[in-house]
Amino acid sequence: MNMYRQALDSLRPIVAAIVVTAGAFALFVAASGYPAVEALMLVGKGAFGSGFAWQNTLSRAAPIMFTALCVAVPARAGMVIIGGEGALALGGLAAAMVGVWWASRPVVMVLAGMALAAWVTGGLWIGISGWLRYRRGVNETISSLLLAYIGQAVFNFLVEGWLRDPASLNKPSTAPLDSRDMIGNIPGMEVHWGLAWGVLACLAAWWLLRHTVFGFAIDIVGGNPRAAKMTGLPVGRLMLAASVLGGGFAGLAGMFEVAAVQGCANADLMAGYGYQGILVSFAARHHPLGVIAGAILIGGLGASNSLLQRHLDLPDAAAQVLQGLLFVSLLAFETLNRRGGRHA
Amino acid sequence: MKEMKYSASRRNWLRMMAALGAGAVSQFIPDGVRQAMAASKLVVGAIYVGAKDDFGYNQSQAEAAAALRKLPGVRVVEEERVPETIAVQKTMEAMVNEDGAGMVFATSFGYFSPYVLKVAQEYPSVDFSHCGGLWKPGMPKNAGSFFGYIDECVYLNGMAAAYASKSKKLGFVAAKPIPQVLRNINAFLLGARSVNPACTVSVIFTGDWSLPVKEAEASNSLVDQGVDVLTCHVDSPKVVIETAERRGIYCCGYHVNQAVLAPKGYLTGAEWNWETPYTILVNNAMAGKPMINFLRGGLKEGFVRTSPFGPAVSAKAKQHSLAVKARMMAGDFVIFKGPLLDNSGKTVIPAGVVQAQRDEVLESMNYLVDGVIGHV
Repeated sequence: MNMYRQALDSLRPIVAAIVVTAGAFALFVAASGYPAVEALMLVGKGAFGSGFAWQNTLSRAAPIMFTALCVAVPARAGMVIIGGEGALALGGLAAAMVGVWWASRPVVMVLAGMALAAWVTGGLWIGISGWLRYRRGVNETISSLLLAYIGQAVFNFLVEGWLRDPASLNKPSTAPLDSRDMIGNIPGMEVHWGLAWGVLACLAAWWLLRHTVFGFAIDIVGGNPRAAKMTGLPVGRLMLAASVLGGGFAGLAGMFEVAAVQGCANADLMAGYGYQGILVSFAARHHPLGVIAGAILIGGLGASNSLLQRHLDLPDAAAQVLQGLLFVSLLAFETLNRRGGRHA
Repeated sequence: MKEMKYSASRRNWLRMMAALGAGAVSQFIPDGVRQAMAASKLVVGAIYVGAKDDFGYNQSQAEAAAALRKLPGVRVVEEERVPETIAVQKTMEAMVNEDGAGMVFATSFGYFSPYVLKVAQEYPSVDFSHCGGLWKPGMPKNAGSFFGYIDECVYLNGMAAAYASKSKKLGFVAAKPIPQVLRNINAFLLGARSVNPACTVSVIFTGDWSLPVKEAEASNSLVDQGVDVLTCHVDSPKVVIETAERRGIYCCGYHVNQAVLAPKGYLTGAEWNWETPYTILVNNAMAGKPMINFLRGGLKEGFVRTSPFGPAVSAKAKQHSLAVKARMMAGDFVIFKGPLLDNSGKTVIPAGVVQAQRDEVLESMNYLVDGVIGHV
């Protein structure tokens, strides 16, 4: 019973936020001279109104689950990492290169190699921020953001230079993966396997943070690093581990973009998934299971944006307004609902 | 062709269903198809990577889509700011599933592979037109590419620039050193040098298609170096044109007419006229003919056009420019011919060799010609 009440309690601010957002968005749409009620119906229809809409939503949500974990995991250790975009790009590039170099090996080995390369590259990249924080006292938010810019520049330098496939004339890319090594769709759906792995990654992160000693220690570090140090926890190493783990997830997002969508690494990897992940993680209070819902919400907004534009000629900016309203109210109602202390 | 028959019969079937007014049956038909039936119109989808009013590439496409709306029997659905990710694939699928689109214009270069190719295979009865010119035999027959030879207009830009310039230093803000961009930079220089062989073109690559801050920095830096005519090849020339006007120098437009942004300094511009290929392709689809897989044209075919001359263009410049334009319209003007050196002194087109408009060698251009200051 108590569990149900807890679940209901945590749902209440979400429902309130959605109601307020819907009202505010309807006013905004009406004020701009578009039909408000129809717009609201289309938001629902475009995101969740049909089997096609659901698959549209879930396809868009898949990469954001990984990039949100890149924020959520370090956040449990008290760090605000916002540079997932760079880790995604470099992880994707590493995966693409392993895919090209190992093309003659068995498929399972190629994919495992790609995932590992992406994980390690992304992890090391965000790990730099973690290391700078605990060794040099550099603010990890700033350093991870700046490293994202550096990562993207390195990515462009390599893809437009040494690693460029000479056949990619007007769109510099790495050599394409063998179609044999591409990750396909989940049977019966028009959604690639990255979605299933994304959900699995969120579940794994939840289990790790909630049900292991490591996760408990990280929570303590995040709650009060000094107290954690007093109790003898290796605070620095735990922070480093959390950032490496988070970066690894962002790297995997890049790997799935390469192996399930693009088929090679090029500038399209940097489509903003890393930044959308920040939004999702904060809205989910850095809870890995909340990340699943948050990512689906962002994916749904993308899908309904598409329908709003096509059916009402609303500009893309309207969907940005809707997304902004929704996340601000989610955070606001969450704050109002909090009766002191963190509850995860 | 198999696809053609299929698509034609689908259209006939739709017409028949609409005529019968088969209300009961239509309950079991997807939304999009039902809408198409109700309207008995060709639904055309248009997808842009940036904003529809960007004073640049996306606006040039949206203007053509707006022109389609005037055609009888055509309904247009649009979506702007669609990234080159799974999002564009889902948008194309949605246009077919939710809107009943019979034709989709995917206008960003990066939409083609893998997205257009994938969706074209999924929906063999829908025509997919991609802007950029990548279709090759062996690819889905219901997909195709169209593109324009805009280097002709850029060459004319170069001529106008050379007449207006006092310092003989021209500036070019470019996104990436890829063949399409290099061809424009080289055409600009060759046009300028045809008027005055002392002209040089300084080029700055910003690294990406839409980086307004870097574009402003590049423009200012070029003006500081003594450049007195600016042009560009980025998604939206707005920043470059406005900066040129503010600094009191001349400019040449690109993609669409930007004269309103620089009423004093705007000389002329190289504009897309996508209305031509859009109309050809839509009429083709409405006639039930198989998809045109490869469609190209220049000034002569009306795929590109020049902006009207601005107030700063001299009578002599106009006359010269119009004479060359007339030769382009007649189809006997060649921009790239030997002997041509690159800016490191290497011969790129030997003497006696002519690379005309449709020569495929030009599509893999990887050099900057002698007189361009910059490197790939």
